[in-house]
Amino acid sequence: MSDQLPESIRSAVDVGDEASNVTPARLLIGRAGSAYRTSTQLQLRADHAFARDALRASLSLDASPMSELADRFGLFEVATQAESHEEYLARPDKGRRLASGVAETLRRECPNGIDVQIVIGDGLSPLAVSAQVPAVLSPLIDHATARGWTVGRPFFVRHCRVGVMNDIGDALDAQNVVLLIGERPGLATAESLSAYLAHRPGAGDTDAQRNLVSNIHPSGVSSEDAVRRILGLIDSFMLQGRSGFMVKESAQPTTLPGAGGR
Amino acid sequence: MKRSVTLRGETFAFADLRQLLASANEPKAGDRLAGIAAASERERVAAKMALADVALGDFIEEPLLEDDVTGLIFDSLDRNAFAQIRSLTVGELRERVLSPEFVGEWERGLKWALTPEIVSALARIMSARDLISAAAPLRTITRCRNTMGERGVFGVRIQPNHPTDDIAGVLLSALDGLMFGCGDAVIGVNPAGDSIENVIALENALHDLIDTLHAPTQSCVLAHYTTQLAALERGAPIDLLFQSIGGTEATNAGFGVTLQGLAEGRAAVLDSHNSRNGFIGDNVMYFETGQGTALSVEGHGGVDQLTCEARAYGVARAFDPFLVNSVVGFIGPEYLADSTEIMRAGLEDHFMGKLLGLPMGIDVCYTNHVDANQDTTDQLLVLLATAGCNFVMGVPGSDDVMLNYQSTSYHDAAGVRELVGARPAPEFEAWLQQMGIFIGGRLSEESANGPASLRLFADSLRALDR
Repeated sequence: MSDQLPESIRSAVDVGDEASNVTPARLLIGRAGSAYRTSTQLQLRADHAFARDALRASLSLDASPMSELADRFGLFEVATQAESHEEYLARPDKGRRLASGVAETLRRECPNGIDVQIVIGDGLSPLAVSAQVPAVLSPLIDHATARGWTVGRPFFVRHCRVGVMNDIGDALDAQNVVLLIGERPGLATAESLSAYLAHRPGAGDTDAQRNLVSNIHPSGVSSEDAVRRILGLIDSFMLQGRSGFMVKESAQPTTLPGAGGR
Repeated sequence: MKRSVTLRGETFAFADLRQLLASANEPKAGDRLAGIAAASERERVAAKMALADVALGDFIEEPLLEDDVTGLIFDSLDRNAFAQIRSLTVGELRERVLSPEFVGEWERGLKWALTPEIVSALARIMSARDLISAAAPLRTITRCRNTMGERGVFGVRIQPNHPTDDIAGVLLSALDGLMFGCGDAVIGVNPAGDSIENVIALENALHDLIDTLHAPTQSCVLAHYTTQLAALERGAPIDLLFQSIGGTEATNAGFGVTLQGLAEGRAAVLDSHNSRNGFIGDNVMYFETGQGTALSVEGHGGVDQLTCEARAYGVARAFDPFLVNSVVGFIGPEYLADSTEIMRAGLEDHFMGKLLGLPMGIDVCYTNHVDANQDTTDQLLVLLATAGCNFVMGVPGSDDVMLNYQSTSYHDAAGVRELVGARPAPEFEAWLQQMGIFIGGRLSEESANGPASLRLFADSLRALDR
C-alpha cells in the first residue's frame, strides 16, 4: 500500500486475511453470484437458531454461578409486574414496574439513601447475566467502596426492563442506580450485557436521563473496561448532579487502582 | 365530531378522530399495548369505512395533539394548495393518489398540501399493492456529496458497526461494503461508545477513507446530535447530522431533542461545509424513525403508532433531510409483533414518507426475539425495491455485531439491484466503474470475492493514489 495513505486505512487493508482479528463482523466471505456462499447461508441459520434458543434460557439464584454471588453479596430476587416470559415480551410496561409489595421489601432489605445501588436484571438474555455479571459485580462493588461511596445490597429483578430503575430509585432514594441487564441476543453473541446508569432516578424519567455502557462481553467491552467506564460515569454524575445525554463519557476513563495502569 | 358506521345491523361509533384513526389501523402490537387498537376485526373495518368518508379539512380543524410538532406541521402546510383538496374525503384522495395524473400534481406542489395525519389515514385504507404502486413513481431527489433518489437509483448505507468502535474493524467493514457497490447513501456508523473523543475518531477515520478513495459519498457517525455538534466544534468533519426523531414533542423530549436544537445544528453543519470541498447540495440531515418509538418513551399521548410515525416525517421534512429511514422491526415484538406486522409497517412507512416528499429509505430488519427471519427480510426487501425505496442498509452478512439485530446485507443489496435493474447514485456508479468494482453496471468478477479481492482493491487504491 502507498505510504501516503492514512495509517488507519492501510492497516485496515493490510489486515485482509485476518479480518476476524479486528472484528467479529462477517467480512470478506465471498459470494455465489450476488448471494451468500452455501457455508455462509447455513452458518447464519445456525447462529439464528442459537439466538432463538438463548431467549428461552432461564436463570436461577440457586444454581451456579448466581448462587455464589447470592452467598457472597446477599443477592436476592424480586419480581416485576410481568408474570411470565410471554407477558414480559408483550407488555414492556409491566416489566418496568416493580410488583406489588416489592418497594417495601427493598426498603426493608436494602440500606436507603446510599451512593450506589447495583441491580441485576435478566432482560432478554439470562445467559448474558450468568456469563458476565460474575466478572463485573465484585470489582464494581470493591472499587466503588474504595472511593468512599456507600454501596447498597445488590438484588436481582426477574422479567426486568430498564424503566424499572425509576421505581427502584423512588423506593430506595439512591444517589446512583446501576442496572446490569442482559441485552437481546445477537447472532455473533447471545451473551452481551449492558449497564444502564441513572442519577437519582424516579417516576417519569426516560432514557434521556440515563447513560449506557453496552456490549459487555469477551469480544466486546471487557469487564475491566466496563467497570472503569461505569465508575467514570458515576464520578461525572456526582460532579454534575445529573445523568443522561447531557453527561458525555470521557475518553480517558478513571484509572482503576491495580488495573495495570491502563 | 361523532362518526359511525353500521355493518350488517351492528353499529360502530367513534368518539373522535384520534379513536377513529387508532381503530382503523392494521393490527399492530403497539396499539394493542397502548389499549387503543380495534376491539374486533369488524370494528377495524367499520373504522376504515368511517375514515374513508372523513373530509380532509377535518384533519386541520381537529388536531390530535397540541404540541410543537403539530405547530410545525401546520406551519409547513401550503394552505392555498390545501384549499383545492380540503373537501375531498380520504376515500376520494386514495383514488386520486392511485390515478396516473397524480404524480404530476404531486410534483407541482400538492405534497405540501398533505399533512402527516392525512397520509397516515390514507395508508389505512390501502392494500399492500396500493402502498407499493402509489409510492413507486414519487421521487425525491436530494444532494449532499452525491445525488440520491433519481428514478432507478437504489441506494445503500454501509453500516460498518463494531462492538468497541475499533477503527481498523470499522474501516475494513466499510471497504468490504464498497466492494459490493454499497455506500452511496452514506457510510454510517452507530458508535458503541458516545464519548466526544470516540465520535471524533470515527468521523476522522471515515472522512479519511472517503477522501483517500475519492469516493463521491458522505459519512455519518450516528451519536446523539449534541455529541456530533460538540465534535464539529472541535473541528471534526461532519457530512451529515444524524438524529432519531419522533412524532410528538414528548417523544423528542425523551430523546433529548428539540426542534430549535435541530435547526441550530443544521445551520452549524451547513456553515461548516462552506470551508470544505465536495458538497453539491444543502441536504445535510439524516433522520431515523420507527413505529412504536413514541409509545416506547411513553410520549404517544393516546395517538396510534402509524399516526405518530407519520408525524415524525412531518418533523423530518421541515429540515430538508438527505436521508430518512424507518428502522422497521428494530424495537421489538411489543410494537410490531411478527413478520406480518413488520412487512405491513415497512410498506406503510415507505409510502407515507414518499407521499410527504421525503427521501425515504427503510432499514428492513428484525431482532431475535420476534417471529421473523431471513426469509421475511428477503420478502420485504424485494417489495420495497419494487416500490422505489430510496435506500436500504448494508450490514456485513446481515449481522450487526454491535446493535445485535439482523438487517439487509451487502449481498442482499447487490442482489436486489441486479434483480430489479436498479443502480447506485450516478456519481458513485461512475466511481465504482473507475475502481473496477463495477463493469458494465454490474459487480465485476474480481470484486467482493473474498480476501483476494481486497488486494485487487488495494491495487486500485494505489493507482488512484499516484
